[in-house]
Amino acid sequence: MTTDTVTSSELLSVVASRELAARRTVFAGIGLPTLAASLAHLTVAPKLEIVYESGVCGAHPSHLPETIADAVLITGAEAVIPMPTLFGSVLQGGHIDVGFLGAAQIDKWGNLNSSVIGDWHHPKARLPGSGGANEVMASSREVFVVMRRHDQRSFTEELDFCTSPGPDRALADGIRPLGAGVTRVITELGILAREGVGEELKLAALHPGVTAEDVKANTGWDLQVAGDLSVIEPPSADELALLREDVDPERVYLR
Amino acid sequence: MAVETAVDKTMTMREAVATYVRDGDTVALEGFTHLIPTAAGHEIIRQGRRDLTVIRMTADIVVDQMLASGCVSRLVSSFVGNSSAGSLGELRRRVENDDPEPLAFEEYSHYGMICRYIAGAQRLPFYPLRSYGGSDLPGVNPALRKVTSPYPGPDGGTEQIYVVPPVNPDVTIVHAQRADRSGNTQIWGLTGVQAEAVYAASKAVVVVEEVVEDEVVRSDPNRTVIPAHAVDAVVVCPRGAHPSFAQGYYDRDNAFYRSWSAISKDKERLTAWLEEWVHGTADHAEYVAKLGEEFWEGLAVGEAMSLPVNYGRRL
Repeated sequence: MTTDTVTSSELLSVVASRELAARRTVFAGIGLPTLAASLAHLTVAPKLEIVYESGVCGAHPSHLPETIADAVLITGAEAVIPMPTLFGSVLQGGHIDVGFLGAAQIDKWGNLNSSVIGDWHHPKARLPGSGGANEVMASSREVFVVMRRHDQRSFTEELDFCTSPGPDRALADGIRPLGAGVTRVITELGILAREGVGEELKLAALHPGVTAEDVKANTGWDLQVAGDLSVIEPPSADELALLREDVDPERVYLR
Repeated sequence: MAVETAVDKTMTMREAVATYVRDGDTVALEGFTHLIPTAAGHEIIRQGRRDLTVIRMTADIVVDQMLASGCVSRLVSSFVGNSSAGSLGELRRRVENDDPEPLAFEEYSHYGMICRYIAGAQRLPFYPLRSYGGSDLPGVNPALRKVTSPYPGPDGGTEQIYVVPPVNPDVTIVHAQRADRSGNTQIWGLTGVQAEAVYAASKAVVVVEEVVEDEVVRSDPNRTVIPAHAVDAVVVCPRGAHPSFAQGYYDRDNAFYRSWSAISKDKERLTAWLEEWVHGTADHAEYVAKLGEEFWEGLAVGEAMSLPVNYGRRL
């Protein structure tokens, strides 16, 4: 199986799944994070517990869920808890290793915008808003972001609005952050990474055939390149087979 | 020993909305993806309520429909989108273009809303949470405030934390699987924030798939998420959560969610949809019948019974 038949969704899911090695609990949204977490469960992280915002812990779905609250996540789950317990005790209590988030915009510190494009009071586009993203950012040990689009509009020097701030902004506001904020950003061009507070996102890895210049040109800030820049191993035949045949055979999210 | 003390609080949806939802009220409609009180929203539209403040964590299709019907002047929410299936056309027109008129919008995060219900339910002046530090949300929502903890932090120093104010809706409406006539309400699957939203409100209406005998509820009291003392009205309304789902009763109508983006994007199409499906039906039973049995068979679910538990009894 050659990499040129691999779709963007497949590529992002496989790369994100590998990043879940050695993690115990993941707070997954629907779509690519679900695929990544499910694939990791079958590969690098068999003991991974997938927690959903709706209150499901330890889901064992018979079919791929279409929402974070899909009925198939409930039947056969290990636990279904009320939202105050999920957000208050599980998330804010510090039980989540990795939170997965998406966003319309991200800046070099890993702060995220999912509220508006333009001015909040007179937006050009009204987006869904925080949902639980603000809490996932504030309380997960680290956050992975999967961005379908890697361009200067999405990877921006200045957010139009900060919905979900990382620990740097929280500290500046006098609030003690629990986690490290965004540590990995996975895109079609490569992986940006940072260890945590006080660090910028740097280019850490490239997909085969992509150059550091390509990524810099598509990033809206002066992107620094890590000294040990690596090349990402293309999805293996095994990873692709699991993803296509076991995780999402009906291609609900695999586009 | 069997003293009949239970009060029968059952009424029709028409009576419940006429009695408990007045123009200008603050109305909470909760149900997180599961058990969304859609039929109640439709009845509010049919009765032509105006100037409502609607509180709903995930403002989705039913809110878009209430907006399009001119019922809502203020929205309090933490997620405004058509689940993972797309956009809310009417909400975007209201917010982006003030079309047909501006919408007052209070934006929170999910846990911010949950904490508002907790504070409201417990009649507390505020509730703290580890969110919002460094966010632009407090800049557009002055209800989000930062306080200094009266206690030392883990390192002995002072600690600051954001707080949210309580919310006390005039009425909270939730949908559930079943209740007895006095309102002991049983929910299984996702229970969301329904109990807190009910306790926060002055009045509570519970809409259920079915009313069951008292003995059914009493055989499994841990399943009762909302006790009768918190409930003012019980409305029987099978399939009243459509297009959302009721665990064990019917599945989510994913096709309708996917179609909503296109319907709501076109104002004329949206108006025609409301004319046909809400104003064109006398009540939810007609809406259900209009969809047809073949349609409902497509959302049917199989059985997955829980194993019984032994509560024990004194010998």
